[in-house]
Amino acid sequence: MYDSTAQHEPARRLSLGRYATYAVLLLLVLFAIGPMLLFAFNAFKTRSGMADSPLGLPTDPQWHNLLDAWQQANMGVGLRNSAIIVTATALGVCVISSCAAYALSRLNVPGSSAFIYYLLVTTALPLQLFLVPLFYLWSNLRLYDSLFGLIVIYWAVFSPFATLLIRSFMVGLPKEYEEAARLDGAGEWRVFARVVLPMAWPGVLTAALVAGLQAYNEFLLAVTFIQSSDKMPVSTSFFSFKSGYTQDYTLVSAGGLIMVIPVLIAFLLLQRRFIEGYTSSGMTG
Amino acid sequence: MALLQASRPKAPPPPPAPTARRRKLRRSFIGFAFMAPLLAVNILVIAVPATQSIWYSFTDWTGLGPADFTGLDNYRRLFGDPEFRNALWHNTLWTAFFLTVPMAMGLFGAFLLSRIKRFQMLFRVAYFIPYVVATVVSGSIWESLLSPDQGIGNGLADMGLPFLDDVNFLGDPDLALGTVAFVNTWQWWGFLVVIFLASMQAVNPSQYEAARLDGANLWQEFWHITLPAIRPTLMFLGLMTVIWSFLIFDYIYILTQGGPAGSTDVLGTLLYRTAFANQEAGYAASMGVVMGLISVIAVSGFLYLRRRGWDI
Repeated sequence: MYDSTAQHEPARRLSLGRYATYAVLLLLVLFAIGPMLLFAFNAFKTRSGMADSPLGLPTDPQWHNLLDAWQQANMGVGLRNSAIIVTATALGVCVISSCAAYALSRLNVPGSSAFIYYLLVTTALPLQLFLVPLFYLWSNLRLYDSLFGLIVIYWAVFSPFATLLIRSFMVGLPKEYEEAARLDGAGEWRVFARVVLPMAWPGVLTAALVAGLQAYNEFLLAVTFIQSSDKMPVSTSFFSFKSGYTQDYTLVSAGGLIMVIPVLIAFLLLQRRFIEGYTSSGMTG
Repeated sequence: MALLQASRPKAPPPPPAPTARRRKLRRSFIGFAFMAPLLAVNILVIAVPATQSIWYSFTDWTGLGPADFTGLDNYRRLFGDPEFRNALWHNTLWTAFFLTVPMAMGLFGAFLLSRIKRFQMLFRVAYFIPYVVATVVSGSIWESLLSPDQGIGNGLADMGLPFLDDVNFLGDPDLALGTVAFVNTWQWWGFLVVIFLASMQAVNPSQYEAARLDGANLWQEFWHITLPAIRPTLMFLGLMTVIWSFLIFDYIYILTQGGPAGSTDVLGTLLYRTAFANQEAGYAASMGVVMGLISVIAVSGFLYLRRRGWDI
């Protein structure tokens, strides 16, 4: 994992300052990860065991806590709904945003700089500004309390940022390839799908990851627009479970652990792409 | 891809044809066609309801049925409403806190990380992990850790910090807002580390070498080289911090729902309650308009200054 140039240097002794740096960095790791570890430990304790030693390891792991939480919090249904929502949101945002980004970076659409400003404002707008009228619009369109209705909202809410992100990737791509393709008689759709999209793929994938993660973790829209428990994504089914069992932190911890494990696995596998997306999206000016 | 080589000789520029205008028109039509999906969902979900909100903010709409135009009544009521002022004040405190504490932590972590070679990636990933954890989960992590009877306070009290015994961090009106801000900071600062680190890595190392030759210490390197070099990033994240601080909803709603006794109420939670529990959708809409205005002013001011050539 470490920088390969370090190997070429002779085994230089770490100075005191370096030890101190690593010590502080490790303390910060403890601050970031420690609470999550304690939380994970709690998921395997008995209630009395948790009250007796909130900081200790579980002495007698209660594996059935996971099963109890799974059943009582309806985690299976929640995870299935979330899988649908995350997949559909990520795919839809990719299609919507990469098309728009192509238009904004390559097709000289009139007024495109004003539109980019509009997108920037949209990403900074409070959801609450359009929440109430949208609620009644969705009720009238029979999109309230439906997974598809929630997914459409996610498309709209997450695509402005994704468009800006993908656009900043496309702006940097060389133009020679698409000029060549146009001379060969390719239409805009072919140029987009066969030339520009493959080159912008890292940006598109990152946008999909960010949108998928946001959709999985989103709370305000999910709690407002989904009512039936069999349609709830895992975030709101976990929340309603948590609200009902406020005192049984062992089961709540077990449920939270179930909810967070898929994200942790995905993040650890794809962390480089994910982190680079944020840092190279041009959002930092 | 292999068929389209960059070295292909360029064709001579097309002669200016009378059809040039039509082609340009055709191209912008194609451009709009590519933007159509984005425009469609954006108009349906954001633009139309947001415009309706602006209209409803001048009415006495309950959320159901007809709405009567009442002029500026909602806005007049807003500025005399102690709950609104209380919430606005908490948003202001929140902004001040997030512009200082998490920013300083992010800068500190990133600067330390930028000076090491080994395990840099590993540290970066570890700090970022809380950011990918859902708010409902990180909320319940801290609810259990901060619980007065089963939390870590008692454990730490036994280990020599007696003042932590039986403190009700989320239930005490004096502590609740700070506690929620702390929980959000825990989740947020690692994101700042990652962004600041990427920005610091773009700084030319020869600047540091020159400073070291001049006898600069660590603090001077940070203050005179790192900070000025990453100023655009710093300003951008400052802007986003201001905007997000006025939009904050999830953490408050999940941890305290605005309580106890309104001590953690912010614009987001007050609006939600006004609209859905009190069924005063028109009044809630005026709060939404105020929140939207704050965002628009912040973004526009920032872009305006940047366009004027300010180095931010």
